[in-house]
This record gives sequence, structure tokens and C-alpha cells, in this order.
Amino acid sequence: MSIVECENVRKVYAQGQVKVEALKGLDLVVEKGEFTAIAGPSGSGKTTLLNLMGGLDAATSGELRVDGQRLADLSQTELAEMRLHKVGFIFQSYNLIPVLSALENVEFVMLLQGVPTKERLERARSILSEVGLEGMFDRRPNELSGGQQQRVAVARAIVSNPAIVLADEPTANLDSKTGGSLLDMMQALNQNKKVTFIFSTHDRMVMEHARRLVVIRDGRVVEDKRRS
Amino acid sequence: MHFQLAWRNVWRNPRRTTVILIAVIVGVWSMIFLNSLSRGFLVDLEENGIATLTGHIQILAPDYHRDPVVENSIARTEEVRRLLQRELPPDSVWGSRVRVNGIASNARHSSGVTLVGIEPEREARLSFIGGAVTRGEYLAPDDEIGILVGQALLDKFETRLGNKLVLMSQDTGGQIGSRAFRIRGVFRAQLEATEKQYVFVVLPAAQKMLQMDGAVSQFAVVLPDSEMVDTVAGRLQEILPGELEVWTWKELLPLVQAYLGMMDGFIFIWNLVVFVAMGFGLVNTILMAVYERMREFGLFKALGMRPGRILQDVLIEGFYLLCIGLVAGNALGFVSVWTLAQTGIDLSAVAAGSEYFGISRVVYPVLAAKDIVMADVTVFVLGLLVSAYPALKAARFTPVEALGRT
Repeated sequence: MSIVECENVRKVYAQGQVKVEALKGLDLVVEKGEFTAIAGPSGSGKTTLLNLMGGLDAATSGELRVDGQRLADLSQTELAEMRLHKVGFIFQSYNLIPVLSALENVEFVMLLQGVPTKERLERARSILSEVGLEGMFDRRPNELSGGQQQRVAVARAIVSNPAIVLADEPTANLDSKTGGSLLDMMQALNQNKKVTFIFSTHDRMVMEHARRLVVIRDGRVVEDKRRS
Repeated sequence: MHFQLAWRNVWRNPRRTTVILIAVIVGVWSMIFLNSLSRGFLVDLEENGIATLTGHIQILAPDYHRDPVVENSIARTEEVRRLLQRELPPDSVWGSRVRVNGIASNARHSSGVTLVGIEPEREARLSFIGGAVTRGEYLAPDDEIGILVGQALLDKFETRLGNKLVLMSQDTGGQIGSRAFRIRGVFRAQLEATEKQYVFVVLPAAQKMLQMDGAVSQFAVVLPDSEMVDTVAGRLQEILPGELEVWTWKELLPLVQAYLGMMDGFIFIWNLVVFVAMGFGLVNTILMAVYERMREFGLFKALGMRPGRILQDVLIEGFYLLCIGLVAGNALGFVSVWTLAQTGIDLSAVAAGSEYFGISRVVYPVLAAKDIVMADVTVFVLGLLVSAYPALKAARFTPVEALGRT
């Protein structure tokens, strides 16, 4: 079952007087439960593609559907709702809320969803334990290492059971050991909970962990390999 | 958790928050403190005016207000006394007076004065004179040769307690009535002009000197509550003999009334000016905080927070700042007003200037509930409004642009 469908997607940015075509008619379908890396050189359009999939930006033309929903049909409010319930984000620079503890950061998305307090706390504690942060619930981001912060970000991204998790260079700010450990954890989540992960990456380690590798260059898919 | 998040964000940068709070506290304090001083001046002005023989209400013969001569007197005094006794609210104080312009003189000097013939026992509670005698003694009701003069007049005439003073004025027959009095007591007033202007004798003495045959120039009334003035004046006008006129202090002291009317406007404008000065600091600082957190707002939007919720969260932060500033500013205001109220402000150095406006040498600040409410409401409402600008900015960041910032 397809979870993300991109059909002839184009994205053009205006940079001053110059128009930059970041995506040039890209076609891609991601199935539910995939662990997919989108790789390519800088400026190839990886991050742009992830932003479009997450509804953070709008395609200039083409069709984009997430979990069967056509994104072009949605208003800004509906896109926000879609992100809230169907998309989890993991960023290169973690992007945790600095004044909230690890537990509260994970709770935050469920708070926006209107989940009752008791259930929120239970689920947040459970997912933080699952990502290996038992006993660190009350620590603020500045009291956690980079790897630990990224684990909190992963927990936040999946706690609301999204349709897809979009991870933009999640290991870029981590050492190889920490990055490897993080990837193992995400892989386990993918296999156990069937969470669909889509990575944008330069990192060879991420590409090697991925079961599907999509290479894009100059705004188009040039390679699409699946591993058994 | 939104309130918790807002509270923690307020203290994220303690130094910046302290700066904003100081601005709000100083703004609120200055509004309350300066408003209390202005109000103190006004209350003093009003009280001086009323106490200096005006009272809340006066009953006058026709034309007396335009021409305060002895011919324009009230003859039907008994009827008026009965009506006042019956109709005035409990705890009201009233009395009759003769009040005409005349000349006071001794061997060395002469000066224009206002001769006031009083009922000493009633007058003691009616005007300032009851508690103003600082040397000698107050007039006894049957002392028809005693006179009270002001310290400034005593000094001017280079005379002293116990000496004679001759008063002259036109009587009802058109002749010059005159009489010698002995200075029984010397009074001090808030205004030196009052000390120079008024001399007091007992009512019968004045009536005899001026051939008034029991008539009086005016009845004066002081009510227990100044809010009753218009109602009581209206009632008296209805029931008193038709030719008599009822005047309120607002009509008798139009300048004071004008000052009072202007002052509410001045206080409001002052509050606005203070707020504008404070408001620029407030909006600038909150805007800075919002721009610093742009990535975070981009994150909120990426996570699915609606723009309206972001706006609300930033406004809650503004709300917390304003509440803390208001509480501390009010507390500082109350303490400073209370402290100053113990001693008052001594305006002796500018006595001539303040006296021109009818303001005493020592003025005490007065806290009025409406001034405090106006200051607090102004700061709170306008504070939230100016916080809305940075809040709207935050709500409008697009996630892609905001997350792209370092």
C-alpha cells in the first residue's frame, strides 16, 4: 500500500531575479513500512522533496499524495492538521524545545492532538524507554548529549503513530558510533512498529542501513535500488 | 502545558525579562505616583475652595453673587433656617453670615478686606476658621467687639493681639457704617491671601454696624458627602422662597471646577504618554525574543501547531510579563504614595505660585481608585495589544523559512 506518491513533481524557487528549479518532474512512490534513504549531492533537491512530502512547502506543479490525501487540495490549516496526525519530523539539529524536559518534548505533539494527560504521560514514558532514555525523562535538552537529544526527537516523531517519519540528515551532527546506534534503533522501530521512515542523507551509514536507496540528482530520480 | 511553556519562555532570558519588567514597573509606578500627586493637588484645591467660606452650597439673595453689597441680603432668615433644619441630610452643617467688602484700618495702615459676620458655634464646623486660630482665642457668641484677623494682615498692619482695628463699610442706608473692634484672635490659613482678605466678627455685630435689621448675606451649607451636592441644591431650590438663589460650589468656583474637569483628561493623557514610551520598549524586546525563537516557531508549525495557537502562546507570555509588572508597579506605587503621604510635599519654596492656583503650602498625594484602575487597564490592554504585533509575526513564519534559520 502506497503511503507517499509523487507524480511529476516540480518545485521552482525564486532567488532574487533568478529562478531555481529544485525538482524537475520527480516521480516516486513509497510503500507503507519502508525504510528508505533519499541520497544525492548538495542541491540535488533531497530536503526540498522531504519538505513537500511533509506539507511544509507546496509543489509548483505535479501530484503529491500522502496516505491517499492530495496535498494540493489542503488549506494551510488542513496541512497543519495533516502534519499533526500523519507526519513525524526528525531534523539534523534535533530542534527540541529547550525549556521543556525530554518527557515534555515528547508529550508536546500529543498535547497538540488533544490527548488526555494520563495517556500522554504513559505513552511518552513508554516511547522514551523504548528509545533507551529510561531515567532521563526530566532532563532538559541542554542536559543531554547529541545522540540522546536525537533519540528524544525520534521518540517525539513516532509517539503519535504517524503515517510517515521524515528524517532530514538525522545523523549529520552525530559521531559514527552514536549515529549507528540511532539508526539501529530506528530500524528496530520500523520493523516492530511498521513505521515508515524516509531519510534524506549524505551519510553512507544511513544508506547502508536503508532497505531502499533512491538517488536523486538535479531534481530527478536517477537510481532506485531495493535491498532484500 | 501551554501556560507552563509560556512561563518558562518568559524566564528563558532572565536579563532581558528583567529589563522589560523594570520598564513596566517604572511605567506603572510613575502613573500611579504622579496621578496621586495630581489628584492630591486637586483635592487640596477643592477642599481649600470649599473650606474658605464657600461650602458645598450657598443660599443667596438675588443679585448678591453679581454684586455682593449689603442691599442684596436675605431678610426672611427664620423661614430659611426652618427649611434647612428640616430638609438637609443628617450630619450636614449650615450657618448664616454677613459678608461684605469693607476697609480695615488702624493708626498706621488701612486695607480692603472682606468683613464676615459669623455664628461662631456653627461657623466652627462650617469653614476653616474653627480650627485656624493659633493665637488668642476664638470668638464667643456674645463678643460683639471681638475680631479675628489673619496672621498676614496682623503683620501688614504692624499690630498685635488685643489692639484695636476699625472696620468701615456701606450700610443699608447708604451711609458709611463703622465700628472699632478688638483683636481677640489671630488665624493662620493655607493661603496667605486668605489671611489678608478675611476678618471675622460675630453676626449681630456686623448686622448692627451695617443696619441690617437681622438680615444676612448668605446661608452656607456643608454636606456629609460632596456627591449629594447637586441633589440637595436642586431640592432646596424647589422649596426655598422663590426669590432666593441656590448656588453650588462648582458654580461659585468655576476655575476649580474647570481644573477638576481638565485633570481627568490630563491624567489619561499622561498615562498614554508613559505607556507609549514604555510600549516601544515592550514591543521591541518581545519582537527580539520572537526573532531569536524563529526556528522554534517553525518547529511548532512543522509539528502541526496552528498559527492561532502560536499567537495565543506569545500573548500569554506578554500577559505574564504585564501581570508581574503591574503587581510590582502597583506595590511600589502604594508604598511610595503612603510614604509621601506621611509628610506631604512642602511647596513653601514656590508658595506664591501655588497660592495663585489656590493650592496649599503642603500637599498630600491622594490615591483614587479610578486613577489606579485607569493606569492598570491602560498598561494591561495596550500592553497586550502591542504584544500582538510580535505575536502575529511569530504566527506568520513559514516553517521552511523558519527552520532554515540558524
